Amino acid sequence: MIEFVFQNPIISALVALVGLGLIFGALLGFAAEKFKIEGDPVIDQIDSLLPQTQCGQCGFPGCRPYAESIADGDSINKCPPGGQSTINAIANLLDVPAPELDQEHGEEADIKTVAYIREDECIGCTKCIQACPVDAILGAAKLMHTVIADECTGCDLCVEPCPVDCIDMLPVESGINQWQWPTPPIANGLIATDRTHSSSIHEGAS
Amino acid sequence: MRQTWVTPGGVHPPENKHQSVTQPIGSLPIPEKLVVPLGQHIGAPAIACVKLGDKVLKGQKIADPAGTVSVAIHAPTSGTVSAIEARPIAHSSGIEALCIEITSDGKDQWIALQGIADFEHTTPKTLLSIITDAGIAGMGGAGFPTAVKLNPGFHRPIDTLIVNATECEPYITADDALIRERAEEIIEGIRILSHTLGNPSNILIGIEDNKPEAIQALEPHTQDTGINVVSFPTKYPSGGEKQLIYILTGKELPSGQIPADIGIVCVNIGTTYAIKRAVVEGEPLVSRVTTMTGEACEINRNYDVLIGTPVSHMLEHNKFDAEKCSRVIMGGPMMGFSLMSKDIPIVKTSNCLLAPSVEEIPHNEPAQPCIRCGMCAEACPASLLPQQLLWYSQAKDYDRLQSHNLFDCIECGACSYVCPSNIPLVQHYRSSKSDIKKAEEEKIKSAQARERFEFRQQRIEQADKEREAKRAARREAALQAKKTAAPNSAADIVAAAQARTEAKQLSPEQEQAKLERAVSSAEMRVQKAQSKLDTAVASEEPEDKIKILSAALSGAQQKLEKAKTRLAEQSN
Repeated sequence: MIEFVFQNPIISALVALVGLGLIFGALLGFAAEKFKIEGDPVIDQIDSLLPQTQCGQCGFPGCRPYAESIADGDSINKCPPGGQSTINAIANLLDVPAPELDQEHGEEADIKTVAYIREDECIGCTKCIQACPVDAILGAAKLMHTVIADECTGCDLCVEPCPVDCIDMLPVESGINQWQWPTPPIANGLIATDRTHSSSIHEGAS
Repeated sequence: MRQTWVTPGGVHPPENKHQSVTQPIGSLPIPEKLVVPLGQHIGAPAIACVKLGDKVLKGQKIADPAGTVSVAIHAPTSGTVSAIEARPIAHSSGIEALCIEITSDGKDQWIALQGIADFEHTTPKTLLSIITDAGIAGMGGAGFPTAVKLNPGFHRPIDTLIVNATECEPYITADDALIRERAEEIIEGIRILSHTLGNPSNILIGIEDNKPEAIQALEPHTQDTGINVVSFPTKYPSGGEKQLIYILTGKELPSGQIPADIGIVCVNIGTTYAIKRAVVEGEPLVSRVTTMTGEACEINRNYDVLIGTPVSHMLEHNKFDAEKCSRVIMGGPMMGFSLMSKDIPIVKTSNCLLAPSVEEIPHNEPAQPCIRCGMCAEACPASLLPQQLLWYSQAKDYDRLQSHNLFDCIECGACSYVCPSNIPLVQHYRSSKSDIKKAEEEKIKSAQARERFEFRQQRIEQADKEREAKRAARREAALQAKKTAAPNSAADIVAAAQARTEAKQLSPEQEQAKLERAVSSAEMRVQKAQSKLDTAVASEEPEDKIKILSAALSGAQQKLEKAKTRLAEQSN
């Protein structure tokens, strides 16, 4: 054996390399089957960044379909409820420049809202129940409906189907617990060179 | 002399404590109206248990605790409930919250009180319920319900009880004055606490060395009680819970844990006094010692103030000069907050009301850019990197903020105090903290929404599938039925037709019986028609009706004839 190797160095090297190639190939093939991941993991990541209002303002029936579409190369600025922060987060994830929100799909709302049914006007038609993407409306045919405020995403989808227009979108009540400290103004303006580059502090942070 | 440890960082702002301790604790006249907020503690706000117009006595419970992390609230004086509505409360936001307004009747009449003199033979459980019912929440500033703190559970044995008498913030002397005048009661309160916690081996009173009179007042009462008074050099912020634990025990409280996790319970000294009053005298928490100080007030001293006393009432009785004053601060100059309205009431956590003159605490100067001097990092008692946190806070980089332990910041304000650029660092951190908390809440909510959405999709899909399956089954069944019914060939068709006609044909006996039945029923009908005609003729009915009846009779007779002939044919 050793003699054969010494006498035919090229052939033995070839055999050794081919052998190694086969072993590693088999190993990789096995690993690819064994640790296979179903679906595209980037879709999950995008989906987790979207606000999950399921409002359909992007033109897709829910957040996950839009996430799938983004993974296929759709533009990332079609989500008004998420707003600029969601666009930035997705841009960060996909390593692409962050565009402005596409106004065609709606404007970013300043305040969060929830649906509220004026219960004495409700006729019990169940149309809003069918429209609600997150099952946040309770009720039955010819009986009064009501919104579970904690589950409502404020997507607006129930407002349009209501035949008696008894659904209002009300701002979410904010008490002491929801109150947020205001952000103090960014320190600049005292040094002359700062005034022209007002964003210098932001850049310095990265 | 016990060993003490030295915390990192810290600052030495001018103390300004002497002004308010020259006089003993005073009391104010009862204000005409007292406003008692329902949420004076951390946790769920209490639930009002009185109605508008109810007469209440001093110390009467006016709100029940809502859940375990909550405390009761009591009427601070006797009078009438004149409003239950949202009012501005002592909170940095200036937001309104539910309050009970009591119009005083001036009598200040106590409800009947019942205390327990012999607390050592009372179970800790009973004592804890007394403490909750007396409305006692931490009086050092945070307002955490004390009974919850005193009940750490079996899995967390307590070996050290720390009583916090540090009072490290400038100007505030409420605890100092309380100790000087009521040391005996405080020690009694500590003994109750110790009994409730199962007599921990170490009981320490931590106090800064700038309060020698208070230390002296405590000493005669602590001899041979096992309670140690430990004094240490004055430095701000030694009174923070984590800092005090380190100073007294050398133990560092790990991030995200509570003192009970390392066998320590830390209680403010004002709270121990309130506990003594509640247990021994049965007196609920309706008043507290609050420092009224600052150059804009002529009188600087401590008061025993009823909870719910409006700030304006306090200021009035201390000859407040609005023109001289830069702002009214609740709490100390480092961690307190400016009040937006002077109608805000004193609550259980208000240890100081500071009305400084403009020279004393000038208005905030505009912030300048950070020059990276690093003084904040030297001052930080939690060993954080304040300037780094500032950059990330401004860039809203929440991940990096959290990896730099933003949530270990105790918001003491030492960094802002030393900052040469006047950057309101703590405000940036507070803002970022609330942003991060909000983002986390939203994440939880969106995960919930996703789950519900996916469940709904699945349900609709399932329903569609079931419907489809049903439809398919029905189609299959119809097809099958057709198949079994459908003849295969022309011969089969003929055979099937023959079988059908055969099945229709009756046997001769059956036919006979059938015809006989027909004949008998026809006879019956003829008889009926005959009798009807007879009665009609007898009662002389109109002619046309008789005609109809006779026609019916003849029809019936014909049918009878037919049946008879068919029966005759069959018999043949």
